[in-house]
Amino acid sequence: MGTLFVQEKDVVAPGQVLADGMDYLPSSGAYREGDTIISTQVGLVNISGRLIKIISLRSKYFPKRGDIVIGKVADMSFSSWFIDIGSPGLAMLNIRDATEFVERGTDLSQFYNFGDLVVAKIGNVTRGAIDLTMRGPGLRKLTVGRIVTVDSSKVPRIIGKQGSMITAIKEKTGCRLIVGQNGIAWIQGTPEHEKIVADIINLISDESHTDGLTEKIVTLLDEKIKTVKPASLPAPGEPQ
Amino acid sequence: MTKQKPSPKHSSKRPDGRTATQLRDISAKTGVIKNADGSAMFQIGKTVAYAAVYGPRELHPKFLQNPEKGVLRCNYNMMAFSGSGERVRPGPSRRSREISLVIQKALLPVLSLEQYPNSVIDVYIELLQTDAGTRCAGICAASMALADAGIPMKDLVTAVAVGIVNGQPVVDLSKEEEDLDGAVDIAVGMLPRTKHVVLLQMDGTIKKTDFAEALRLVEQASKDIYAIQTRALRERYTT
Repeated sequence: MGTLFVQEKDVVAPGQVLADGMDYLPSSGAYREGDTIISTQVGLVNISGRLIKIISLRSKYFPKRGDIVIGKVADMSFSSWFIDIGSPGLAMLNIRDATEFVERGTDLSQFYNFGDLVVAKIGNVTRGAIDLTMRGPGLRKLTVGRIVTVDSSKVPRIIGKQGSMITAIKEKTGCRLIVGQNGIAWIQGTPEHEKIVADIINLISDESHTDGLTEKIVTLLDEKIKTVKPASLPAPGEPQ
Repeated sequence: MTKQKPSPKHSSKRPDGRTATQLRDISAKTGVIKNADGSAMFQIGKTVAYAAVYGPRELHPKFLQNPEKGVLRCNYNMMAFSGSGERVRPGPSRRSREISLVIQKALLPVLSLEQYPNSVIDVYIELLQTDAGTRCAGICAASMALADAGIPMKDLVTAVAVGIVNGQPVVDLSKEEEDLDGAVDIAVGMLPRTKHVVLLQMDGTIKKTDFAEALRLVEQASKDIYAIQTRALRERYTT
């Protein structure tokens, strides 16, 4: 009969035996050797039915098709930009996938120059090549605002269940906020509010493994908001 | 040499009063280097090793890249002030090149580098203070740093020196014991769960039976070190 040696939300380390017997199946972050299931990562145990999964607490960003990311223009060739999205290797944004119409032979730096930040979506991911696209709602070049970088494994916590956390932050501070799956977040609002959001994001990142974080963050936000004067919300459609 | 189990009466034979199977005091900590993707400190007795892991990241120059799997690069370095006597000349030397290589070979069996084509994982090991067993401390620190960086590993790697001091098999030799006449020093790297040996180097001459006896001591020591390593890895998330 199968035995389970860990509980939900336990912190485990690589090489730790999680379960014995064929009743359980290893999911991401675990593997089977003979009869036992063994962890490969430092992370939180997540058991759903027969599946045992380890939710990593720290990891480099590995691109997945459809992810929204924020990246910096690092290089360009005559037909594409190369964007640093924090993963091993640069991602490629072809002129065909950019929102601007680019005539053949023009200087690409007129559109996105070195160091510019763009919000983009991951297209095809193959061995050694990552394709980006700017075609989609909200995908654009970033001009004003503030950037905060956290570990990519913390992004689900910053967004929260059904976006509960990110919605709370946006509503309480009146800031515009985009969190890329690669752990780069863009904030825009009044300087005071931007500061609050940046602090909150760093706090979530530090305490991502704890329970009841959304409630804690909401109360903290309410306290912090009182210390600054209320923001006049930018009217919808107003140019940034 | 009788084959009796090490008993407390042997303890008086070790210069620092330890029993044959007793490790020096160990402390370990992760997340010690902020800018690294993963980092760890491992202290055993007076030997202090810091390890920093960067990556997986793109490997340059490009001709070093392997499109089939990632590359692991290890760099072992003793800091200038780390010795107990004269200044240690830091940077690459014949000795540090060798140790970097054996550490890399010891860490490879637990990593699945096929996931990172064209990439490199860099491991930098710095010894702040040395009192024998630096390569073992380096391996322990490096495997913790890799785990801290979120790199999937089949197991943590533990390493410890065993040997013969005053004709008796002992675990975790200090510099004082290493320098005794007729002392044998064997650095062993072991995967604690499967007991696979990933590093084995020896100085001195030893009888076959003593060698087997010494290797047996590693198994328990490896388990003890693993417990300390995992505790340090978890500590970051359980306070």
